[in-house]
Amino acid sequence: MTETSPENDGSGATGTAAQANTPALEMEGVRKVYEVADEEVVALDHAELIVGSNEIIALVGPSGSGKTTLCSIAGGILSPTEGKVIVGGNDISGYSAKQLTEFRRDSVGFVFQTVNLIPFLTARENLLVVDEISGRDRKRANKRADQLLEELGLADRAGNLPSQLSGGQKQRVAIGRSLMNEPSLVLFDEPTSALDTKLGDQMVELIREEMKSRGTAAIIVTHDERITGYADRTVHITDGRLEA
Amino acid sequence: MSLALKELRRRPGRFGVATVILTLIAILLMFLGGLLDGLTAGNTGAIRAQQADLIVYSATSQDSLVRSRIDPPERRQVEQVKGVDSVSELGSVQLGARIEGKGPRDLVPVVLFGYESASTGLPTTPTKPGEAWADDSLESEGVETGDILKIGPERSPVKVIGFVNDTRYTGQSTLWASMETWRKVQNENRSDARVAPGVSQALVVQAASGANANDLAISVDRATNDQTSSLTEDEAISALPGVESQQRVFNQIIGLTVLIAIIVVALFFALITVERIGLYGVLKALGARSGSLFAGVLLQAVIVTLIASVIGAIAALAMAAVIPPGSIPFIATGSRIAGSAFFLLLAAVIGCAFSLRRVLKVDPAQAMGAGQ
Repeated sequence: MTETSPENDGSGATGTAAQANTPALEMEGVRKVYEVADEEVVALDHAELIVGSNEIIALVGPSGSGKTTLCSIAGGILSPTEGKVIVGGNDISGYSAKQLTEFRRDSVGFVFQTVNLIPFLTARENLLVVDEISGRDRKRANKRADQLLEELGLADRAGNLPSQLSGGQKQRVAIGRSLMNEPSLVLFDEPTSALDTKLGDQMVELIREEMKSRGTAAIIVTHDERITGYADRTVHITDGRLEA
Repeated sequence: MSLALKELRRRPGRFGVATVILTLIAILLMFLGGLLDGLTAGNTGAIRAQQADLIVYSATSQDSLVRSRIDPPERRQVEQVKGVDSVSELGSVQLGARIEGKGPRDLVPVVLFGYESASTGLPTTPTKPGEAWADDSLESEGVETGDILKIGPERSPVKVIGFVNDTRYTGQSTLWASMETWRKVQNENRSDARVAPGVSQALVVQAASGANANDLAISVDRATNDQTSSLTEDEAISALPGVESQQRVFNQIIGLTVLIAIIVVALFFALITVERIGLYGVLKALGARSGSLFAGVLLQAVIVTLIASVIGAIAALAMAAVIPPGSIPFIATGSRIAGSAFFLLLAAVIGCAFSLRRVLKVDPAQAMGAGQ
């Protein structure tokens, strides 16, 4: 991969314009250290990673290897202790908590391991939840939610509460939610852990389809080696160190 | 904040306990307030009915009607004070009344007032001796217009010619007669405290327009060489026996009740917030600001409190309608109900504030995987 990123983070707010060639994610020398009971725990060390604008990466590693930390840093949930994180052309390593909140709202998608739909909202409202919070254009959001539900085969389930949906349907709602803000990067945290083999395969296939059709980059965190077949590239992580 | 509203609408059971407890607190608050208002009204009606700028007692009376005596020369001195528009006399005597059709030992305590000029709070003075207006609390004792009450040990006859409203004095029913009738009843029944013609217990002073009541009180007392003690109407009401301590005690209980409301809201919404930490983590990871999440908590607390207040208000109004007059001194006023609702809302906001830190502290990182 060539270094094509803009060298500054100054006023690179027009990142979306030149998105086609900008990598979705660039990590340079990223290090994350936790303080646990006066002891330093290195969760991520010298991580170098570039994810192309429509690349799907499988991030594989045993539990505790730092893959969740890497994902959290890439998604602006955690700040790195050291290093540079550039998402969609914007250097977020120096962002304040408030800037990170806005960044997460506008620029990345998340699908969490435990799905985490809001139990008292319908499938459709779960897609709209972020727009409701951020007060974005309602009409456009409604249209986009309907369109996503249709695409994900959930049109007839739009008015159902999560408790009335199957595991696979819930997972699909969560994918729909992650795509609501038209992100350049979607982070999947163990998307198949709660599903059986067959459903798991279907799910990853669906993820690939959705990402490729949009040209959206994705990082799929997993310890399920079978998933790697659906990814463009597999990156292994052990004890906080990446191995391509 | 439709997220918070949707939760309220779709999971009402979640807020049921808090709503029930806050409703009970609202009812308690409005009942206590209504009781205080009722007691205060029953204590102070006679003074409020004067609609006076000043009530002038004699200096040695310790501002008590029974101990106070005003002689004609003092009255003339007061009348000449600049800023005094009108002066009229007031007298009172507290006696037992025998009501027609009731047993001879079945006495109703009454205060018979003599008064001179009608304020807007009272009708014109009965002209005939032995006639009086009666406070409508006597109606619940079975008194009707035209009845003759026998007052005091000498059974002085007083004929009721009609009823007036909200003129009770120290919790007792009142009769409103001319100064002559008062002196007659006083002298017949209280041989120990006879009053000479022209003597009254207090003067009711209306100030000329533009005159300051506090300044006028000072000028009046100066004009009588400090033989008088002039009080504004509010001061006179506070000086009534028991009124101030009653209000203090009730206000303390009301304050304590509001404190309990704060604790209830604080505990309940702290609990709800703890339950929602996972949810808040997800919402924050998705880009929700702590401020809007807390605004949702606040909105829910305010709505629950509003519901409680509305039910409390309805209960207070129903109570006021159902309680037979003369049994419990309870009145439901709009200002009391609105005031109670306001304090409850304040309690909700303060109570919620205890959850603010917890909402702020929720880490979006916990939404990812096991979190660190």
